Amino acid sequence: MKNPVLEIKDLRTSFNIKGDYYAAVDGVSITVHENEVVAIVGESGCGKSALALSVMGLHDRKATKLEGQVNFAGQNLLTLTRSRLDKVRGKDIGMIFQDPMTALNPLAIIGRQIEEPMDYHMKLSASEKKKRTLELLRRVGIKNEQRVYEQYPHELSGGMRQRVVIAIALACDPVLLLADEPTTALDVTIQAQIMDLMKELQNQMKTGIILITHDLGVVAEMADRVVVMYAGEVVEIADVKDLFENPLHPYTRSLLNSIPSNMEGKEKLHVIDGIVPSIQNLDRKGCRFAPRIAWIPEEDHEEIPEMHEAAPNHFVRCSCYKTFYFPEDRVGEKEYVATNS
Amino acid sequence: MSLLTVNDLKVHYPIRGGFFRKVVDHVRAVDGISFELQPGETYGLVGESGCGKTTSGRALIGLNKATSGEMLFEGKDLAKLSRAERRNYTKDIQMIFQDPYSSLNGRKNVLNIIAEPLRNFERLSPKEELLRVQELVARVGLSPESIYKYPHQFSGGQRQRIGIARALALNPKLIIADEPVSALDVSVQAQVLNFMQEIQEEFNLTYLFISHDLGIIQHMCDRIGIMYRGRFVEEGTASDIYNNPQHVYTKRLIAAIPEMNPEKRFEKMHLRQSINQEYQTEYNNYFDKDGRMFDLKRVSDTHSVAML
Repeated sequence: MKNPVLEIKDLRTSFNIKGDYYAAVDGVSITVHENEVVAIVGESGCGKSALALSVMGLHDRKATKLEGQVNFAGQNLLTLTRSRLDKVRGKDIGMIFQDPMTALNPLAIIGRQIEEPMDYHMKLSASEKKKRTLELLRRVGIKNEQRVYEQYPHELSGGMRQRVVIAIALACDPVLLLADEPTTALDVTIQAQIMDLMKELQNQMKTGIILITHDLGVVAEMADRVVVMYAGEVVEIADVKDLFENPLHPYTRSLLNSIPSNMEGKEKLHVIDGIVPSIQNLDRKGCRFAPRIAWIPEEDHEEIPEMHEAAPNHFVRCSCYKTFYFPEDRVGEKEYVATNS
Repeated sequence: MSLLTVNDLKVHYPIRGGFFRKVVDHVRAVDGISFELQPGETYGLVGESGCGKTTSGRALIGLNKATSGEMLFEGKDLAKLSRAERRNYTKDIQMIFQDPYSSLNGRKNVLNIIAEPLRNFERLSPKEELLRVQELVARVGLSPESIYKYPHQFSGGQRQRIGIARALALNPKLIIADEPVSALDVSVQAQVLNFMQEIQEEFNLTYLFISHDLGIIQHMCDRIGIMYRGRFVEEGTASDIYNNPQHVYTKRLIAAIPEMNPEKRFEKMHLRQSINQEYQTEYNNYFDKDGRMFDLKRVSDTHSVAML
């Protein structure tokens, strides 16, 4: 068994909205091992970004309540003071942000921005830093690294900027990378390049990666293990192969059926009824996906849904997966009228 | 007869510089594209950002001026008409915009948003107008009381349906949909795409579907034109493009679609690498010495490629 790099145990992140705390991440436990890519998938509002920001301690501490544990290198990141946390993030944990246009400082040259984390975390001379930076730029596939070193972000294309953001995340040899929608802001061909680059780097460096995305295509290309989140909870965890071959939770199955490129030859895409509940309106009792699969009888859900090991290393929440079916597959058998609004 | 025929459409923007800000060069955003739309079909315009697909769509609806070329809508050249004359024809061409958050006026309620095209073109009494708007709102699946609400009270998918209701208000023949779902979540995306297919049948609409997402294009479109740097590199039916891509750029785009089968991911990665190599070695077969695409050449009845 590989060593765990990061253990998230029963993490609960609550935000203060008009005096009350509402949990956006509601009891999530995930373990990331070394050399493993764990993808966290879900629609907007499912809590996946809130989870990443909690691990990095990037939420406003005054308006956020964090409970549970985030164990990394023998310490609980949630209880560290700011200065102790700063010794970890940016060094042992690198972060790749979604939008390379805003993640970089427009007023500083690229070289300066890659060297910045080294200033904090490593004791290097100026020439060593520069050597290391040029090396990093080459590693992320930038060929004219001498020139790019001196350039400003606006002089680079979106794909090049994302490469620079990755170089910054890798600057201090992290053991864990957090990538929050690393390819969402990019064109398809550039997305493919960045995905291939990340796969290659991961093969070389053996880092653990948490990949946060809403794009199941990216998951299928990159991940080893997949965590599906819905309304702040984990609803399914499985190896990537199992998840795509044999998805169990109704939410996972619905998501897969709503992707056009996954539905070749089929006329209609599956539509998930209703909307993702906001954290204030969320009914926290019972199966949280139940309102959106109203044709499944109430007794098929559990009162307090738990994670079940349905197959080896394949976990799924609530028992409703056992009887779940798509109404469009059983036309005539059971009357069910979809309501779209 | 085809509904819309575009012949050698060009949209160039001047670059000014030097003394007296003279025009020194042009940005050739759209550089001579030609295609036809048959009534009732969905034509997909695909390409990466900056390839000119949105500019083409906007030129067709008159949001920016075409530099040269013809745009024959039911035989009438839109490019030659004055603004006032054009109004009467553009009634039949409507647009669905990309971002449902910025394309609806936040200070107007749904009634006023959807009634705006009606007020521009049809003289209706307030009562008739209300009735029409109610019909449209019901057709796009929103509740009747929503006509007095404001855009911020709706979710992204609902807003996009308000945008669709506005586009449908004048019973158009052609709808230009510019990335209609790229700002939406997958499940909401499915909802809007299904709905667009439904109303297409019901109102006998023709779509010009502009997108960078090849999965969606494959699902929605009958015929597809692939754009790159302002020109077409390949045009054909969906099966021509996806099963038998000829141009190296098309191959590259298709290889970039993420593989949904995790077991084939390394195969896909190697495919991408070999296509990149082909792009390097056979560059001269696809681009002339100025890096410009060749003109389209027919390879079958439905399929054309820009190759030597």
